[in-house]
Amino acid sequence: MPSVSPPQAATQPMISLRGISKTFPGVIANDEIDLDIHRSEIHAILGENGAGKSTLMKILYGFYRADSGQIFLDGRPLSVHSPNDALAAKVGMVFQDFTLIPAFSVAENIALFQRDLDPVMRLKDVSRRIQAISSRYSLTIDPSARVSELSIGEQQKAEILKLLISDARLLILDEPTRVLAPHEIEALLGVLRNLRSDGYAIVLITHKLREVLECADRITVLRRGRVSGSLIRREADEARLLSLMFGKELPGLDVEDRPAVEANLPALELRGVSTAADGTQTALKDIDLRIYPGEIVGVAGVSGNGQRELADLILGMKACVAGSKIVFGEEVTRESIRSIRERGVCFVPENPLVMASVPFMSVLENMALTRTRRYARLGGLRIDWRAVSEDFLRSSSTLGFSLPAHAMARSLSGGNLQRMVIIRETAQAPRLIVASYLTRGLDAQSTIAARRALLQARRNGAGVLLISEDLEELFTISDRMIVLRGGRIVASFRPDETDSFRVGLFMTGTEIQHAATA
Amino acid sequence: MTLLSVLGVLSSAVFSGTSLLYTTLGEICDQRSGIVNLGLEGVLLVSASAGFAVTYLTGNPYLGVLAAALAGGLMNTILGYLTITRGANQLASGLALMFFGFGLSAWIGRAYVGARITGLPRFPLPGLSALPVLVRSLFQFDLLIYLSVPAAILVWWILFRTRWGLGVRAVGESADTAFASGRNPRRIRYQALFVGGLLAGLGAAHLSIAYAMNWTEYMTAGRGFIAVALVIFSKWHPLRAIAGALLFSGAVAFQLLLQSSGIQISPFLLDTIPYLLTLVVLIAWGGTRRHSAPASLGRVYQGTE
Amino acid sequence: MRPQPDLAERAKSASARAVGGLLRYGSMAVMAFLLFGVILLVSGKNPIGAYRDLFSSTLGSARGFSEVLVAMTPMLLTALAVALPSRIGLINVGVEGQLYMGACFATWGALTFSDLPAWVLLPGMALLGMIGGGLWALIPGVLRAHGLVNETITTLLLNSVAPMVVSFFVFGYWHSPMDTNKTANFVPSARLPTLFDTRVDLSLIIGLVLLGLFWFVMRSTRWGLEMRAIGGNPQAALRNGIPTRVYVISVLCIGGAVAGLAGMAQVSGFYGVLLANFSRGIGFMGFLISWLAGGNPLGIVLTSFAVAMITSGGNLLQLTRDVPYAVINILLAFTLFVVLARPRVLPRRKAA
Repeated sequence: MPSVSPPQAATQPMISLRGISKTFPGVIANDEIDLDIHRSEIHAILGENGAGKSTLMKILYGFYRADSGQIFLDGRPLSVHSPNDALAAKVGMVFQDFTLIPAFSVAENIALFQRDLDPVMRLKDVSRRIQAISSRYSLTIDPSARVSELSIGEQQKAEILKLLISDARLLILDEPTRVLAPHEIEALLGVLRNLRSDGYAIVLITHKLREVLECADRITVLRRGRVSGSLIRREADEARLLSLMFGKELPGLDVEDRPAVEANLPALELRGVSTAADGTQTALKDIDLRIYPGEIVGVAGVSGNGQRELADLILGMKACVAGSKIVFGEEVTRESIRSIRERGVCFVPENPLVMASVPFMSVLENMALTRTRRYARLGGLRIDWRAVSEDFLRSSSTLGFSLPAHAMARSLSGGNLQRMVIIRETAQAPRLIVASYLTRGLDAQSTIAARRALLQARRNGAGVLLISEDLEELFTISDRMIVLRGGRIVASFRPDETDSFRVGLFMTGTEIQHAATA
Repeated sequence: MTLLSVLGVLSSAVFSGTSLLYTTLGEICDQRSGIVNLGLEGVLLVSASAGFAVTYLTGNPYLGVLAAALAGGLMNTILGYLTITRGANQLASGLALMFFGFGLSAWIGRAYVGARITGLPRFPLPGLSALPVLVRSLFQFDLLIYLSVPAAILVWWILFRTRWGLGVRAVGESADTAFASGRNPRRIRYQALFVGGLLAGLGAAHLSIAYAMNWTEYMTAGRGFIAVALVIFSKWHPLRAIAGALLFSGAVAFQLLLQSSGIQISPFLLDTIPYLLTLVVLIAWGGTRRHSAPASLGRVYQGTE
Repeated sequence: MRPQPDLAERAKSASARAVGGLLRYGSMAVMAFLLFGVILLVSGKNPIGAYRDLFSSTLGSARGFSEVLVAMTPMLLTALAVALPSRIGLINVGVEGQLYMGACFATWGALTFSDLPAWVLLPGMALLGMIGGGLWALIPGVLRAHGLVNETITTLLLNSVAPMVVSFFVFGYWHSPMDTNKTANFVPSARLPTLFDTRVDLSLIIGLVLLGLFWFVMRSTRWGLEMRAIGGNPQAALRNGIPTRVYVISVLCIGGAVAGLAGMAQVSGFYGVLLANFSRGIGFMGFLISWLAGGNPLGIVLTSFAVAMITSGGNLLQLTRDVPYAVINILLAFTLFVVLARPRVLPRRKAA
């Protein structure tokens, strides 16, 4: 394990984590993590999706309980069972989803959390306190403004103010810049620097190298639940950080020969497609994409950069505000979901229980959902369950899966649910498959099975769009890869032309100085 | 259409609108804490019958008002027990409460059908003696009427200017956030329901003790549901409810005015105005953004899941 | 042939559910009766005597039993009007209003076409009733389908408008010479035929048939499958290409139509006139019955029967024991409270 660099001159850490471990069913989130957080310091915790950053900080904030390990406050052991305990220890956290009440004003939101509020409120006093603190740290905000009318950047300011007024001295910020515009990011970094000079300890959970290099004093990199490196600013540069985050391995060997893509007619073509931003969703901007039959196109990117919107757009759940969507040469921009499905497009979404199956129906009934017209007899009065069963068994055996046809969907494990969805979606020789986070949360065996199913579909001539946060998976399976960031496609390569390092650059937005193949 | 007749309409609207205002204030308290009370009709009936009975028995209308208010608080507490402590479905619980109110009020009032009471005394505002007698007689109101607007202001002040009110509204917006701020959402909801019940009870008291001054079964005639509509129409805001109550109850009075000018509109059609207006307003808000329903009531008001 | 798990397993779970259901209904009834007995005692009545009267009058004689059926009939239909939309997750509280509009449209037919023979007039009135109820549910359906307003509140508001529309027509145009609050008696050809020598009319059969149809559709047809999918997981249904919007509008309208049919049956069968404010909560009772029964057709039949027993027995309580009829609502309400409060002593009911 890489050694921790010597701490700065004689400052004892405010918070120390020793040996923190946490396991969720099927996945080790944190594995023996040691961490020191000092006052007057910005400490960045860097890592890919799923590296364990959020989990670790939620343990510190009392949201989760660690399976083993200890937390120390100023050298003394600290037990944190709830966010209340954390706040009492002056530890505050700003989550990615804010805990503000949209209908209240900023002042009311902050007053809500004030422990010394008078029975007859004097919001003017609260406002004055807000203004004092906000001007001190350049967190300019109008205390009487309704939160629902504020921009996300301003809401974030309110969240930070809330913590400051509650007397927190350690601020944990979880991916704060994910939803901010560039100038807002600058403003935020400025605020953090101000706070740091006043003695606050700040923890920044992020995957964005640029910001880390701009303002962090100390950097800890997590990878697959472990600390892969801990450095001070002086020792850090892009190359080193990226290699700690992603590892320097070359992409995996080919699983099988990739047949040359011959067809001229794309299975799916998106021309200049844009969608509207809706609340916290990411708007897609000017997407040009072509997927040919018999090829797998992988979509890499940090989750939240438009992947879900892309899948929903192709399905027809999300409308295009500009551009057109063409499936096998036919314009389908305004077609219904059923109509798009009937052209041979099928979907394997990321959360089968919530998104693709009806929990209280049996596997067989779920099987019939996608093609009710096909199985209807007597004008709809009857369903030909024998035909459903035949298709089910045929598709299952082709894939090598075996599921009890009459079990209720909600009694299945995650892996089996995903299998069920794959069985259903590939039953009618699909021509285009959109798979979104296919293997998220699956055990090893189900993961292999799911990937094999995609490869099989490709062999049968289907085009596949695979959205994934697992770079290794993308490198192994894709014929071509694109990178989504901020709703745009920022790069496109073939896996053998690049490596995870360079893809990581594009994913995290540090491609500026590096020439990359377009 | 003389000034006198217009003033007459106004006076009539004030008389009939007072009970609506109190009832609406009560429902606003309930809904602001996140609970839709569909049983308001039943609550009103029980309060009205209890108030009437006590007034008849003691000869003191003010005691009757008190009894009505308490009855309302207790009825709402039943709703609270079902929805808060037992976690039952709000709509079903409210309707069950309504049926309970039908029955209980009939039982309480069974001995008093056709009885007469003297009702709340009416008196003019001091300083009005300069006005002509006819006008003055139109504006002799009872205590509950005089207190109705101050009550609305008080409810507004409590909800928006006190720590308790902030907590109530927070629970109605997001019980989780309220809990995270160290509050007990359940206790706050019980409290809000009780206060709401007191207010609704006052509305019922005015109906049976001051306005109609008798008791008949089902005498509230849908006021419970008008109040639910009015809560929406006034965007859950106590001060807007004042105007809304005048507007809603003025519709029937308005009909009399039209009649005296020779225009005949069926009173029944005029009675639909409150509901249709509310419907139009809801459509105009169209969706989740523009309306101001407390967020945790969303399931009942928003357009989508 | 529908996919079924192992037959023995199915029989076992079905009988377990039946026993559970019986226990549940039984114990809730017992608790409610105990609570109501207190009320009777306080009013100076003898609860045991009252209950004995209730059971002997309703179940003890053919006439009494038929009266129970009469009371049960409208509730079957109104409960169905709620149960169908509830299968796709819609809350139809507006049955009361749809009922009135159905009665209104049917009455117009009865008054305008009173010369037609019964075999033309009655189906025509039924159709009019369904149109009236269906139209009343159309606006809420459209608003909900387009994500504008939840149907709970729109149906609730329209509930209150409908009786006034009816009153407008009755008091204004349709009233009989003698009474202003109701129409003249319907001509015999506009009356639903009754069965045997009782007051039970054809609408009971219609109600049972519709419930059976409902059961069949949900269980075996393609539309039933799609509806169950929408009700089970709307997002999954949408992603699978099921046109949820179309279903929202049409199912709510069908529910309204059934309620309208109930309204027609009330004026054509039970009353024989259109009386202003004739419904004292039949629609709301239907909502509660459907909710209690979990939207299940058999449950609806049983629950309606139980409620009807109480309400028609209440009639007798009034005659013999001098308790106002409306007081029977207390017993009904106590029953509801008991189920809503889900005390641990009862087997848990599945969340509807």
